[in-house]
Amino acid sequence: MLRDADRIFTNLYGFEDVGLEGARARGDWDNTRALIAKGRDWIVDEVKNSGLRGRGGAGFGTGMKWSFMPKVSDGRPHYLVINADEGEPGTCKDREILRHEPHKLLEGALLAAVAMGANVSYIYIRGEFHRETEALRRAIGEAYEAGLIGKDACGSGWDFDVHLHVGAGAYICGEETALLESLEGRKGMPRLKPPFPANTGLYGCPTTVNNVESIAVAPAILRRGADWFAGLGRSNNTGTKIFCISGHVNHPCTVEEEMSVPLRELIEKHAGGVRGGWDNLLAVIPGGSSVPLIPKSVCETVLMDFDSLREAQSGLGTGAVIVMDKSTDIVRVIARLSRFYMDESCGQCTPCREGTGWLWRMMERLVTGNITVEEIDLLDEVSRQIEGHTICAHGDAAAWPVQGLIRHFRPELERRVAAFQARQADQAA
Amino acid sequence: MSAPTDASAQPRSFAFTPENAKKAEAAVAAYPKGRQASAVLALLDLAQRQNGGWLPRAAMDAVAGFLDMPPMRVYEVATFYNMYNLEPVGRHHVEVCTNVSCWLRGSDDVLAACRNALGIGLGETSADGGFTLSETECLGACVNAPVMMIGGDYYEDLDAGTATAILAELKKGGTPRPGPQSGRRACEPAGGLTTLTGLSDGRGDARGDEPGAS
Repeated sequence: MLRDADRIFTNLYGFEDVGLEGARARGDWDNTRALIAKGRDWIVDEVKNSGLRGRGGAGFGTGMKWSFMPKVSDGRPHYLVINADEGEPGTCKDREILRHEPHKLLEGALLAAVAMGANVSYIYIRGEFHRETEALRRAIGEAYEAGLIGKDACGSGWDFDVHLHVGAGAYICGEETALLESLEGRKGMPRLKPPFPANTGLYGCPTTVNNVESIAVAPAILRRGADWFAGLGRSNNTGTKIFCISGHVNHPCTVEEEMSVPLRELIEKHAGGVRGGWDNLLAVIPGGSSVPLIPKSVCETVLMDFDSLREAQSGLGTGAVIVMDKSTDIVRVIARLSRFYMDESCGQCTPCREGTGWLWRMMERLVTGNITVEEIDLLDEVSRQIEGHTICAHGDAAAWPVQGLIRHFRPELERRVAAFQARQADQAA
Repeated sequence: MSAPTDASAQPRSFAFTPENAKKAEAAVAAYPKGRQASAVLALLDLAQRQNGGWLPRAAMDAVAGFLDMPPMRVYEVATFYNMYNLEPVGRHHVEVCTNVSCWLRGSDDVLAACRNALGIGLGETSADGGFTLSETECLGACVNAPVMMIGGDYYEDLDAGTATAILAELKKGGTPRPGPQSGRRACEPAGGLTTLTGLSDGRGDARGDEPGAS
């Protein structure tokens, strides 16, 4: 288990002062100027060497992403955009950073901005987070007041402005190019890539979009060294991670743990175990609603990291663990997610716009068993025609939960079909 | 929103109050020159607040004028994002999350309690204009499920009883305490801290084992 001394988010629960003074007592903003003085390349290299992979879901190397920004400006400004549009069902980690550790985010933003030659950052925060927006706004005010951001930030010679951009309730704006569209004042419809944001992002300028947690861990990495971060977890899956454990556990909670912690340990140590005991576990959605579920047999041994969950045909996603015990109507759960993806499809690509609605209607039939066994195969097949055939990953995210259900719960699905048909036969007789 | 359309509720005109016009200017100032359209989300929100929680067509037109945008571009935005109400809502907009983490922990009961307490169904507004009840997608407070949002506040760790009590308090004109209703402070495990136990005296230090070393 991760030692408290290795935890980055020491005020995760907001028990201590969330203001600047409290943050400084926890080590934030401690001689940030010296870190900046080590230079842009050093920052990028340290983050690369730390092995930090993006915490928003895709897990792309953060240092690598930063290195894609042009080294020399061609006259266009560079932008750092921070994705605080948290909304993946099951996920509530960035919320805690925004309301309890906002200074870690702001210090990380400054360091990241230096690393990519940006003088301006926009933080795109979801509209429902009113209180979190207020907390962040206060922190920004404090940081300006103290000269930590703004002109000559931290006395480093680097000018750095931070602006908040409040969303208005569209899940798709968590997709980075939809987020940029929304920032420009349009509907949140994802852009075709290429061109990638590092070349043509916000206002057509070089832009990097990072998740809140990815940015907020950067100061700790730079202070304590890439080796410290890389020494946690395992190879290719380094560092600490904030996990949110919800659903049928005794004590749902958010906790910072070491990457690669066994799923079972995570649930039993921190969340008080599965309701009714481990043997009452049915399945877990391990990384937010978009990733395929894993049944209990897989939960026994799987590690909470990118590679272990990928081998289990699922994914780490955002690290949001949704636990379901044996009382759960698992088909209804997936049907609810299908409705969510239908509701939140931006409607731009036909396979997603039409496919998500079709998936939901089929899933609703599956809930009652009013479907044929052949149609279960059709459902799987059509989901694969949605996956990979859209501009953004929303289509994939809609398809994967359905595929996971069919992969692991086929006998239950066929049982429902048989039961429905038996009821029909009874009524006809 | 599936509330009944009431075309007669559409005001003929809308203008920002002087105070809100200042806020609108400040919102525009966050973006580069010529990129004032970026402020459309903020301005629509401002207009909605000024107008008692919903966005009439005249307000969208006023925002379009303020930002020098074609009105159609503003309508597109106003209809794309869920948080803009295009029809009148009650003074208290009760939005109950029914996504998976909340559903697993009893959001059906919470929703039923809200229907009972308010005497209205989903998408409906009470006759006195006090409450509108809606279902919402994931609010991002999943370890504090079930959750509902009323105005700007989250009410967390709900059950039928606490949800009913919160609505009763609002009906009386009171201000119920937001956040977890279970006695938890935030998202920590209810059974007692499993981490950060040695740090409650404020020793948590981002610099690592040796405070002061950098």
